[in-house]
Amino acid sequence: MSTKMVKFVISRQDNPESAPYLEEFEIPHRPNMNVISALMEIRRNPVNAKGDATTPVTWEMGCLEEVCGACSMVINGKPRQSCTALVDQLEQPIRLEPMKTFPVVRDLAIDRSRMFDALKRVKAWIPIDGTYDLGPGPRMPETKRQWAYELSKCMTCGVCLEACPNVNSKSDFIGPAPLSQVRLFNAHPTGEMNKEERLNAIMDDGGLASCGNSQNCVQSCPKGIPLTTSIAALNRDTSFQAFKNFFGSDR
Amino acid sequence: MAGSKDFVNRRIHSLLGVIPIGVFLVQHLVVNHFATRGVDDFNAAAHFMESLPFRIFLETFVIYLPLLFHAVFGLYITFQAKNNVSRYGYFRNAMFLVQRVTGVITLIFIAWHVWETRVQAALGHEVNFSMMEDILSSPFMVAFYLVGVLSAVFHFANGLWSFFVSWGLTVSPRSQKISTYVTMGVFVALAIVSVRTIFAFI
Repeated sequence: MSTKMVKFVISRQDNPESAPYLEEFEIPHRPNMNVISALMEIRRNPVNAKGDATTPVTWEMGCLEEVCGACSMVINGKPRQSCTALVDQLEQPIRLEPMKTFPVVRDLAIDRSRMFDALKRVKAWIPIDGTYDLGPGPRMPETKRQWAYELSKCMTCGVCLEACPNVNSKSDFIGPAPLSQVRLFNAHPTGEMNKEERLNAIMDDGGLASCGNSQNCVQSCPKGIPLTTSIAALNRDTSFQAFKNFFGSDR
Repeated sequence: MAGSKDFVNRRIHSLLGVIPIGVFLVQHLVVNHFATRGVDDFNAAAHFMESLPFRIFLETFVIYLPLLFHAVFGLYITFQAKNNVSRYGYFRNAMFLVQRVTGVITLIFIAWHVWETRVQAALGHEVNFSMMEDILSSPFMVAFYLVGVLSAVFHFANGLWSFFVSWGLTVSPRSQKISTYVTMGVFVALAIVSVRTIFAFI
């Protein structure tokens, strides 16, 4: 009995400094398999298409339901999560590459630290800690909560940075994801109290102004976050903020 | 300062492209359109523009300095991008690339155009209908002018779209879509004006 095989061409890299190379794999097809289950199969039996024993392919994963963002990689040319990339819906051979916008750790595993650093830089949180109970904050209108919830779906997966032509080694642009988080936290009634701090943070070098409006981010976001709407809304907010900073205001 | 150096430079870059450079571009194309009404009308219009009071100050602050900043900073922006239209063939991403390509073409064209007309005027030549007729007597220059002027017009129209986004005037996807149609309408209108003008000299 001949089993159906699935072909993979995987871009591999042994360590952060070494040169990448391609390795082909052929693994038996199973119904409903996704890219991660295929990678697990390779890990179980690390033999390439030529029949040579090789090292198992390294990748990152977490939730396996497209909410953690850890398993992002470039699949057939498009960055996406490997957990929701179903093998039966992909053209073969399936080409897997790491998202090279980020430093490659090994094979398909990348280091997304720059995104978390950017979230710290733009103060993507609501400061409520203090020495005494501040009581309940202002209420959030339900209609606002609904659209803000969409922004909160960001899982820092890095797909928008990978798709953005302005996020690269020649530029210090922090990318669309952290910008949209500024809009999220500025929309929150308590977060709004620190609105200016966040706006000033994204008016720094490599911030909002580095966006070139290619709008690849909104096309690529797996969570359908309206990133370009966030960016345009922040453009409006920073326009006012810039004038306030320059001329002074009663706030 | 109002923001970091980069933030302010980007915003000024965006603003200068529309005011005053965009306004000047439209004015320049409209005045040159007198060429379609005949030699005398064009010469009279060109002479009127030439004899505006404080001409050198008008030119310096409305054209030269804004254009120089827009060009230099524009090149810096252009070479910071790593274009990826082959992988992400979306409309806006293609426009992103075309905006940069037409910007560089426009810069080359304007450098040549300024040398051929304004610098020659400063050297004592008269800028009139026959000067343009001479320039456009070669088919190569006709092609060069068509490409250069259409690039400039496209760069202005599409730049207007991103100006509206960059300053936060068009925020929602729908407003940005309508803005795409409007600015492409601006491109078509100005393209008709400029192509008619070029062919009036032939």
